[in-house]
Amino acid sequence: MIAELGHYALVLALALALIQSTSPVIGARKGDFALMKLADSTALAQFGFVALSFAALTACYVMSDFSVANVYENSHTQMPLIYKFTSVWGNHEGSMLLWVLILSLFGALVAAFGSNLPATLKANVLAVQSWVASAFYLFILFTSNPFRRLAEVPAEGRDLNPILQDFGLAVHPPMLYLGYVGFSIAFSFAVAALIEGRIDAAWARWVRPWTLLAWMCLTVGIAMGSYWAYYELGWGGWWFWDPVENASLMPWLAGTALLHSAVVMEKRNALKVWTILLAILTFSLSLIGTFLVRSGVLTSVHTFSTDPARGLFILLILCVFIGGSLALFAWRAPLLKQGGLFAPISRESALVFNNLFLATACATVFVGTLYPLVLEALTGDKISVGAPFFNLTFGPLFVPLLIAVPFGPLLAWKRGDLYGVAQRLLAAFAVAMVGLAATFAFAGVKAVFAPFGVGLALFVMAGAVTDIAERVDLRSLSPETIGRRAAGLPRSAWGTAVAHFALGITLLGIVSASTWGSERIVALKPSQTVSISGYDLSFDGMVVRDGSNYRETAAHFTVRKAGAVIGIMEPSKRTFPSRDGMSTTEAALLTRGVSQVYLSLGDNNADGSIAVRLYHKPLVLMIWLGAVVMALGGALSLSDRRLRIGAPKPAARLLAQPAE
Amino acid sequence: MTRKQRRLILIGSSLGVLAFAVALILGSLRDSIVFFNSPTDIADSKAPPGKRVRLGGMVKVGSVERGDNLQVRFQVTDGNRDIPVSYHGIVPDLFREGQGVVAEGHIEPGGTFLAETVLAKHDENYMPREVVETLKKQGHWQETAAPNTIAVKASAK
Repeated sequence: MIAELGHYALVLALALALIQSTSPVIGARKGDFALMKLADSTALAQFGFVALSFAALTACYVMSDFSVANVYENSHTQMPLIYKFTSVWGNHEGSMLLWVLILSLFGALVAAFGSNLPATLKANVLAVQSWVASAFYLFILFTSNPFRRLAEVPAEGRDLNPILQDFGLAVHPPMLYLGYVGFSIAFSFAVAALIEGRIDAAWARWVRPWTLLAWMCLTVGIAMGSYWAYYELGWGGWWFWDPVENASLMPWLAGTALLHSAVVMEKRNALKVWTILLAILTFSLSLIGTFLVRSGVLTSVHTFSTDPARGLFILLILCVFIGGSLALFAWRAPLLKQGGLFAPISRESALVFNNLFLATACATVFVGTLYPLVLEALTGDKISVGAPFFNLTFGPLFVPLLIAVPFGPLLAWKRGDLYGVAQRLLAAFAVAMVGLAATFAFAGVKAVFAPFGVGLALFVMAGAVTDIAERVDLRSLSPETIGRRAAGLPRSAWGTAVAHFALGITLLGIVSASTWGSERIVALKPSQTVSISGYDLSFDGMVVRDGSNYRETAAHFTVRKAGAVIGIMEPSKRTFPSRDGMSTTEAALLTRGVSQVYLSLGDNNADGSIAVRLYHKPLVLMIWLGAVVMALGGALSLSDRRLRIGAPKPAARLLAQPAE
Repeated sequence: MTRKQRRLILIGSSLGVLAFAVALILGSLRDSIVFFNSPTDIADSKAPPGKRVRLGGMVKVGSVERGDNLQVRFQVTDGNRDIPVSYHGIVPDLFREGQGVVAEGHIEPGGTFLAETVLAKHDENYMPREVVETLKKQGHWQETAAPNTIAVKASAK
């Protein structure tokens, strides 16, 4: 009964979405406010019904209703409750339901909080949002119905894939989807602007907070996924250039570019056409990402489904939306008026530089990800494009970008003074040089690129500090004035500095973990000791334990540094009887500051020894810490009063809040 | 500076960066792509010794030998030809006889495939896509139930 209710609610959401797809557009054309207003109610109701549908599926999971095929295939009565919740989106059908839930949530948010939008723009935005929603409701109802019943009810479920029974995977997909789908708002705004043939600085001010929100979620989502792969897959890598990872990286790169170009548009009314195009491309890349992951065209670390009918359906959605919006762009974009002029050396140009390199880097990832698919379709040759390709193309494109990061915020709008900015960055440059020299002295010439990486990371970080120092005029004023100025700085300025600083943190983590990390693969017998980077790990013996739905064989290690015990590590293997003895490797991590010792188990050998894989990863946590701080920078920006208010409020409401 | 000159600078520098990117892409595509081969392809010496390739097929039943110091030897078969593979390191969780496997490495002059990376299937139903097609070609494939696909890699640096 609950499953049918969920199914029915989804059909109702589709019906509402179809109404919302048409009537507001007609209303906006004819100037009929009643028709335009309709979109608000349908957007809210649509979200209500999808939420109901999602709640119904969740209820089926929590109650272990195995008559629902989806629950049978992905759940088990003995699975811990938290994984019963996360299983809802740990499979194809459920994750698509989460996708449309978030899509309708964003639509509802625009309807609820967009009261200061011009009526026609809001109506068009909600209509476009609904076109996307309708397509995906149809996709779910026709090809991926999560509420399908089984004729004979099995007694027990098949369990969620053990590798997905993990807290990281509980958070990763929702964050990632919030990011992917959040960009749909920017897309809807862009298409609505093209339909109206009119765009102004206020448009960018409305689009920016939504893009920022989506970007923050995507940043955290990618970082979570990377950390999950690092500790769950058992071989210590944190980025594999796997097509599924690339699918999330491409919208991130395009979204980052969009954030920056929207600033130019808001402040200087320039780069209008480019910003619109970028908004369309960013969401298109999100759609392509969904296609790559959901259609099963790839074989990769986390592709959950293979079904050609679904693939064709998503491909159709892809062609209609990307093709349609780009055609609309080609037709209507010439109507948009050119904005303010700027000199080749200026803040605008710096942001163009940022966009150019981000977009190009994104394009190289795109080529590397899709080239094997295209080649196979055309010639039948099967190839794989791995990490070396991406390191060789992505790396060289990111270096100039990172060098330019500290310059951007210091350049003036319209016409900047590069020489003056370079002078102000002398201190940051000195910090970078000292770091570079110290790294050379410390690490020797073995790793040639590493000192430059460290220098670059320090330059980016010191540059962000310089930005704030310059704004509060650190050198010349008294402490009180500095404090007052710092408090008076717009939060978006702090956000920029924090996010740029975080970029340096991540880079430092990447350089350090990949250059000075060490790895050992050895076979050990009980009471033997293995050493890595000054840590001595002695193998005490094996322990067998029973978990809720698995049996765990753990190896007990005592970790010493200079003779003193600093911790124990218990890497293990878990076997899941519900999945025919499928096993997972649970790595043990010992965190020291932001560095980690990483230990994972291999096979048991005939002579009674066990194979272990041991890593020391210096500063590795900075990689993800940087991403989190970056998202915090985004949050700071988002809390900026200017963005919260968006456009001028009616006078009455301003009077009512004198404290603002 | 006129609007036209500014636009020229903008377009010129964009084209410059794009050209740089295209050069990078073409340069690295030549060196860093890896072709997929079946045991039959390898036996027909489609891949010259020393060239980096991927080999996919089934781990032949009864062929896995574990030596000292984490040395693993096994044979990869497509039902038609068998290729001996040598690997040093820890194989993935679900590396088993009779199951699909993809190994990346190169052919030694003696005809042994020296694997640097081994990917194994991670579910009873799942096979790497290339392996399925190889087996289909050789007529050794039976359709099974809806697969849950998780491949797990092992690296032997």
